[in-house]
Amino acid sequence: MTSISLPIPKRPVHPTGVWSWITTVDHKRIGILYGVTAFIMFITGGLEAMYIRAQLARPAQDLVSPEVYNQLFTMHGTTMIFLAIMPMGAAFFNYIIPLQLGARDVAFPRLNAFSYWTFLAGAVMLNLSWVLGGAPNAGWFGYAPLTSSAFNPGDGIDFWILSLQILGIASLAAAFNFVVTIINMRAPGMLLMRMPLFTWMTLITSLLLILAFPVITVALIQLLFDRQFGTNFFVPAAGASPVLWQHLFWIFGHPEVYILILPAMGIVSEIIPTFSKKPIFGYPVVVLSGVIIAFMGWMVWSHHMFTVGLGPVANSVFALTTMAIAVPTGVKIFNWIATMWRGSIEFKTAMLFAVGFIWLFIIGGLSGVMHSSAASDAQQQDTYFVVAHLHYVLFGGSIMALLGGIYYWFPKITGRLMNETVGKINFWLVFIAMNITFFPMHFSGLNGMPRRIYTYDSGMGWDLWNAVSSAGAFMLGAGILLFLYNVIKSARSGEVASADPWDGRTLEWSISSPPPEYNFEQIPTVHGRDPFWAQKYGGVAMVPVAGGSGEDGGHSIHMPQPSYWPIVASIGIFIGGFGVLYINAASWIGVGVAVIGSLITMIAVYAWSLEPVNDPDDGAAH
Amino acid sequence: MSTTSSRSKIYLGVLLLLSSFALLTGCTPDDPQSTFDTVGPVSRSQLALFYWIFWAAVVVFIVVGAVLVYTTLRFRRKPSDAIPNQTHGNTPMEIAWTIVPVLILAVVAVPTVLTIFDNANSPEPGALTVEAVGRQWWFEFNYPHPTDPDEQVVTANELHIPVGEVVNINLASRDVIHSFWIPKIAGKVDMVPNSANTIWIQSDEAGEFFGQCAEFCGEAHALMKFRVIAEPREEFDAWLLAQAAPAIDAVEPLAAEGQALFEGNDAGCWACHTISGSAKSRGSVGPNLTHVASRGLIAAGIIKNDQAGLRAWLTDPCEAKPGNTMCNGAAVYNDPDKALDEKQISALVAYLRSLD
Repeated sequence: MTSISLPIPKRPVHPTGVWSWITTVDHKRIGILYGVTAFIMFITGGLEAMYIRAQLARPAQDLVSPEVYNQLFTMHGTTMIFLAIMPMGAAFFNYIIPLQLGARDVAFPRLNAFSYWTFLAGAVMLNLSWVLGGAPNAGWFGYAPLTSSAFNPGDGIDFWILSLQILGIASLAAAFNFVVTIINMRAPGMLLMRMPLFTWMTLITSLLLILAFPVITVALIQLLFDRQFGTNFFVPAAGASPVLWQHLFWIFGHPEVYILILPAMGIVSEIIPTFSKKPIFGYPVVVLSGVIIAFMGWMVWSHHMFTVGLGPVANSVFALTTMAIAVPTGVKIFNWIATMWRGSIEFKTAMLFAVGFIWLFIIGGLSGVMHSSAASDAQQQDTYFVVAHLHYVLFGGSIMALLGGIYYWFPKITGRLMNETVGKINFWLVFIAMNITFFPMHFSGLNGMPRRIYTYDSGMGWDLWNAVSSAGAFMLGAGILLFLYNVIKSARSGEVASADPWDGRTLEWSISSPPPEYNFEQIPTVHGRDPFWAQKYGGVAMVPVAGGSGEDGGHSIHMPQPSYWPIVASIGIFIGGFGVLYINAASWIGVGVAVIGSLITMIAVYAWSLEPVNDPDDGAAH
Repeated sequence: MSTTSSRSKIYLGVLLLLSSFALLTGCTPDDPQSTFDTVGPVSRSQLALFYWIFWAAVVVFIVVGAVLVYTTLRFRRKPSDAIPNQTHGNTPMEIAWTIVPVLILAVVAVPTVLTIFDNANSPEPGALTVEAVGRQWWFEFNYPHPTDPDEQVVTANELHIPVGEVVNINLASRDVIHSFWIPKIAGKVDMVPNSANTIWIQSDEAGEFFGQCAEFCGEAHALMKFRVIAEPREEFDAWLLAQAAPAIDAVEPLAAEGQALFEGNDAGCWACHTISGSAKSRGSVGPNLTHVASRGLIAAGIIKNDQAGLRAWLTDPCEAKPGNTMCNGAAVYNDPDKALDEKQISALVAYLRSLD
């Protein structure tokens, strides 16, 4: 076969500077990009929450219009779930998983870069809606038919649909990448049942993502067609049942809840053993309970729909399955406590966050069991009681664990320790403020305050609790700012960290902080769980594979080379998304832009597949 | 940070949480939408179930919390600590703490399922049946006509029921999903387009109870309320009979002027509102106003139905309820040339006040 000469440029060679970040395929750099972007989005969602709490601080306030309020809570939910918590999890997956596996990168480094840039494209697109005609305003759950053109003629819902689709592409690409990485890139001897628990939870989360996202993708395509091309999937006037949307949304939405919490559980399962100086208690059960939670997560979606009128049989079944899922969750909590039992617990900030997580998750879990009782839930559904519950599991659960994870792995990532004194103040401020903010919502909910109302009259018995919640929310905001201060200050001038500041148990602590680009000079051989601990205290050395690369101090290690094409492919998706968004309003222009975007992505993928590899020995790359 | 101070902080934290839980039982039943002040069998069974689960949860919280507190205090690192024994698990214990939650959940599950079925099926399917229709952002209530089986009595935002009797409600929606909720009488059931949901309610006390839409339904969701008026059977019958009667043409001059305006094209009210007895006013977009003066509140439970309230509402409906159909759709509020002047508003108020 004759070879055609391709006009594809050589791989970029940018060891430093902005271009080195744009073209990077290093999982550690991509992890940092994910983390920083997700944190900016977390601040954005937090500001939206501040607006909400300011508006509700007192009855009958007029700080924002009802329309803007509805946009605020829609964007707060969408942002926190899709742009903050999920990508913060992805940041940890990226940075930590190859290190825990004893690998030099993920399985598909360029796909990994593509995931990040596509995530960024979705995040930018969603937030551009604020200045391009108004943000989405139908809630993060987007119930039909409130999202239909008839009841929602603006562009906000289209922004929501398309950015969620783009974010879905990013999540799916990342999820496939991590499944393949975890299955295939483990160091010799790292059997599945020897993997660190964070890696296990990442594997489960990635599989959940792969199975859950197609459902919302289909639903969003149907909704897009309803809005842009006049189909009637969710249009009641044409005979459709809007309940279909709810089923599709929550069949995705409930596994999504576990996508948000399982990585947090994985992080906590790393922190607690390290600071207790004991292995996790009942490792197989902790793994298995994660698997069961993920599996049963598919059987409980209708507990979001107890008041929709599915009938007593369906409500009973979903009440029982929902109660059942409390069992594996409870088991995890008992195993964490048993891990600390007879341990030697050191309350570094990371450990405080992990134990704080257990406290708050117990409360959130118990209020979850209260909700599972469909009959009594008829009084709590769509009230502030639910808002309290979900923030105990998503803030008290996910966010607390993620913050703890940052305190835990910060020295590995930056080579510097975060300040412990500030850290402890930070923890107590966040922990106390979190309870002041969200606990009173149980009361306002039981006193009959519905969710998603932009105003309320005084005399309903809601004034006090809302004032307290708002005060707590601003304290919480201060706590997050203190965290940000600690991160920035410590990254610049924190105490220099050793390779193993916490006396860790897993492979990432066996290499320098921060790790070299190739992570492991020589790939270790693993003989059991907690291999680094076993090497330190049990005399089980992780002898490198004989004849492996890296025996010359890393010089002969060939790392994946940077590439321009992932970001170009993402830009194409971003442009194409805008084309689809405006098809209805600007028909042929929209189609044209969509085609241009698709072409850019296609060219990028083509070039990506065929781009040459630079001579590894020309000194430009390892 | 010294050991003692963080230890005391942990105690403080635990104390705070426990006292918060204790507070929960003191939730104020006087509040108009409190789920603790139950007046009917449905809300009562829901509250009983709630308490049952709540106390189970409190027990679990105290037990697990106590173990967690003990563990984190007892096993804090001491300088003398050696490397702890590297225990990997204990199968009998792990089986135990899997089975115990299952048993606790069974205790919760049985009454849950029983209550679900009790509340789903009306104990008296033949009792008074009212149709409740959710609209953006108000409630329409359709009663069977007391004398003419082919007719309905249509009213809005105030649901009258006979005290101590089962009332079956058929729930419908003309636009988006709403939710029908009267916290003191019954937990909510959604009003879903194309879906024949039902709920049964009963109030054992006479009085006025608050209802509110609980499913986010768009811009003015927060302002979609209604009232339930539970009254003795005779009063209820009399009320229904009065509501069934057509409106009488206005006689007082200002009111008559208002009626002319209502039925004329300058104001155009007739296009959206029905006034039974008027040949012109047959609209079905907005609430039926046949006996609007008999209602205590207007605009779905948010404005007092008196001179001042009606005047404010007719002057600027967008102010009180942003985004509502009258504010967005009626020419008098969108075309400055057609805007109502003070005199016209006075006339309309007089007419509406005459519709008792």
